[in-house]
Amino acid sequence: MSANKDLVVKDLKVHFGGGKKLLSGRKPTVHAVDGVSFTIPAGKTFGVVGESGSGKTTTALAIMRLVDITDGSVTLGDTQISALKKDELRAARSRFQIIFQDPFSSLDPRKRAGEIVRQPLDLMSIGTPSERAAAVSELFEQVGLRPEQQHLFPHQFSGGQRQRIGLARALSTRPDLIVCDEPVSALDVAIQAQILNLMSTLQKELGLTYLFISHDLGVVQHICDEIAVMYLGQIVEQADRVTLFKNPKHPYTKALLEAVPTVHGNKRDRSQRTRLHGDPPSPINLPKACRFASRCPRAESRCHNDIPPLEENDAGHKVACFFA
Amino acid sequence: MSSAIANDVPLLSVKDLVVDFKTRAGNARVLDHVSLDIKAGKILGIVGESGCGKSMTALSIMGLVPNPPGKITSGSISLNGRELTDLSEEQLCDVRGSEIGMIFQEPMTSLNPVFTVGEQIAESVRLHEKASKQAAMARAVDMLKAVDIPEPEIRARAYPHQLSGGMRQRVMIAMALACRPTLLIADEPTTALDATVQAQIFDLLQDLQRDTGTAIVLITHDMGAIAELADDVAVMYAGRIIETGSVSNVLSQPQHPYTQGLITCVPHLVPDPPIEREVLREIPGMVPALTNLGAGCAFEPRCEKAFARCKAEKPALLQISESQFGACWVLEEESA
Amino acid sequence: MANSTPNHSASDAASDEIKVSHPFAEMVSMFFRNYAAVAGLLLLIAIILFVFVGPYFHPTDPFEMVWAPFSKPMEEGFVLGTDYLGRDLLAAMMVGGQVSMAIGLSAALISLFIGVTVGAFAGYYGGFIEEALMRFTEFFQVLPTLLFSMVIVALFGASLLTVTLAIGVVSWTAVARVTRSEFLRIRELEYVAAARSGSASDWYLIFKVILPNALPPIIVQANLMVGSAILFEAALSFLGLSDPNVMSWGQVIGSNRPYILDSGFTVAIPGFAIFLTVLAISLIGDGLNDALNPKLRQR
Repeated sequence: MSANKDLVVKDLKVHFGGGKKLLSGRKPTVHAVDGVSFTIPAGKTFGVVGESGSGKTTTALAIMRLVDITDGSVTLGDTQISALKKDELRAARSRFQIIFQDPFSSLDPRKRAGEIVRQPLDLMSIGTPSERAAAVSELFEQVGLRPEQQHLFPHQFSGGQRQRIGLARALSTRPDLIVCDEPVSALDVAIQAQILNLMSTLQKELGLTYLFISHDLGVVQHICDEIAVMYLGQIVEQADRVTLFKNPKHPYTKALLEAVPTVHGNKRDRSQRTRLHGDPPSPINLPKACRFASRCPRAESRCHNDIPPLEENDAGHKVACFFA
Repeated sequence: MSSAIANDVPLLSVKDLVVDFKTRAGNARVLDHVSLDIKAGKILGIVGESGCGKSMTALSIMGLVPNPPGKITSGSISLNGRELTDLSEEQLCDVRGSEIGMIFQEPMTSLNPVFTVGEQIAESVRLHEKASKQAAMARAVDMLKAVDIPEPEIRARAYPHQLSGGMRQRVMIAMALACRPTLLIADEPTTALDATVQAQIFDLLQDLQRDTGTAIVLITHDMGAIAELADDVAVMYAGRIIETGSVSNVLSQPQHPYTQGLITCVPHLVPDPPIEREVLREIPGMVPALTNLGAGCAFEPRCEKAFARCKAEKPALLQISESQFGACWVLEEESA
Repeated sequence: MANSTPNHSASDAASDEIKVSHPFAEMVSMFFRNYAAVAGLLLLIAIILFVFVGPYFHPTDPFEMVWAPFSKPMEEGFVLGTDYLGRDLLAAMMVGGQVSMAIGLSAALISLFIGVTVGAFAGYYGGFIEEALMRFTEFFQVLPTLLFSMVIVALFGASLLTVTLAIGVVSWTAVARVTRSEFLRIRELEYVAAARSGSASDWYLIFKVILPNALPPIIVQANLMVGSAILFEAALSFLGLSDPNVMSWGQVIGSNRPYILDSGFTVAIPGFAIFLTVLAISLIGDGLNDALNPKLRQR
């Protein structure tokens, strides 16, 4: 491992709207991602968890340059992804790929499975045509599909198999980083285990770096090395997988962990848990204070007036809360 | 409401229910001799993968099996001692809403976007009971209060799109409960919701069940939800119930290989995760097509314990303990 | 709820054996299970045979005066009779049909080309480009179409080319709107984002990824447009705005119009031909709509 392949995200911001349209008024600005920084060491899995509206998916899309970055930088190895212009970006895309949540809308229904996997190779002219054909067959075997299945169309596959095709497409350019946006959320539990195990195996074989976006804490705990919890566009807590679950510090993380029903739980346990009330505020008019304060069971006056910084302790555990 | 009935007589009893669907690929038996009982005031969980027949069970109870292509071929469904499969569409319509309420996975598509939520709840009250408009509206506000919606008078005048997903699901529950049904069917009620909101809805369901004595059928794919909410559980696979019993028994000592697989293949959240990552146990393969099920156990191709008999004959439910039944030839062999 | 219907699991099993089911083949089989659509298709084939193959068996020049005017059908040896100049109406129906169909088809192609281009760029790029293109579309939409095409024909003279262009230019707006809305929907789908992360250019995304998936409603629209273009041509001819040296169904109606009360058949026969053709095309359009609509195909 000679070259540096870490992913470094610095103060990433993605704001939507705010522009003016012909003949219509000014649109409000949505602060989807508002100052997110983290580093993923090469070959590791970094998890981002949060509820809808937390900005986790937007973070993933911004790193992939699929939405416009308002501010901040994204660097993979020595390439600053966020600064690339059109053609440079298209050339650099071979190094970072994405797999999506919905196995039904993520594959073009009019292309054969083989064409879908081959498409990035064709577009980036990687290898000769016969090398590409061989590569596609090899990729199919790698993700547990039969090479003959290349000729089938997406609707002929089940959800799990389609997710394998998505994985093969992402692997086709031999990327360093794969962004996984809720890759198993739409799958049945039995199929979910198959895909998670496949992803772990591929990571070991190919030295892949994963950015793993999910709302399922059980899955994140299983597959990630380090985990960030996002709330309303910001990271509120970040730690390695053992520390975060053993010793959660932010009240939101605690509430999130307690909200998940587990097979080890029983009816009596539920009443002893702390519960969050209401829904997250809208990301349009954000308070200049702790964004969680309105739902926080511990909030005091300073939580409503000041912004708690994301502070790191000696063990690398980062928390944005005055009480941590 | 159920005080007249002796305690051990079930509120709802489904017996040998068979539902067939005509498809282009042939006849699909989506429910194959499904039997289950729900006692008044209890929560029964039904779990399984998509296509196992759990939603179809709910639709059958509601009399909502799409016909054509579907049809209840045989079996009986009785609620409070009354046979539902013999009722006319009109009578069934009366049963729905007044005796059975139902909530769905996606509350947005189940609510009419052009009426306020208060009007919609009041409407469902007036559909089943003689009540003045004012009285029905007052009941609607009461129901919104009962499902913990803050400022119910104001929220009653809101349109569905003005409410958050969690709020909409509360409205659905309020609507389902407006006529005080004795049975509530919840089909994946929290799948579209965030974890913290899901917890709120589960708390609400549990409170309602405790306070009003409404029995609940909870359909889910989440074993965790079953563990924390349900009293009894039925595990379904390919249109059949393959294991059933009290939650404490089934989850702590699952007997059927499929139930065991369902529990162990999910990465469960634990407070102290091991430093070394384990490999998840997989259930290999996938759910079979219902149109060409063989003579044997439908789980046989995916089962690591399968032997010759599993290919040849379908196992029936076998009593394992006082409150646990499993349908597996391995269990039969062991008990013999 | 619907996820437990057998459709799901049926497709699961299909993938076990390697049997390619092309999405297009499924559409074709769906189309042929729709009897009304098949009837429409057969009717259209019959009309096409009549107008293109018919002249070989009945090689009369439709402009030649062969008999006395207004000979009634079947009475004096002329199957469909003769018109106000004593020309053979059967020959006029055959040759005129060729022109009507050619105008219908080429006008539909012109409006398809303009409409898809405008709609695709508006839907794909959004923002200012979309605003400008859609305002442009609305400008054409609010013009009274018949009046506008009359102005074009009056200005540039009544030839086959100007009539076809005039019809094409006034009727592309519906295609543009359908194309744009499909593009707006499809560009948000994940497979488009996936192609973009696979280094696809804008050009590739528009023409190789989004357009093929947007085609079904556009095809339906284009098919119906052939019918309305034939009607449009008839309307222009009826008003006398067509090339008198070219025989078309509309031209036959237009030229016999003054005698409609005495010899109605000279107008009724071409009118019926237009009716049958447009009916056939509409039936096919309905069938295509059902076959290409994936939601209906689930049944």
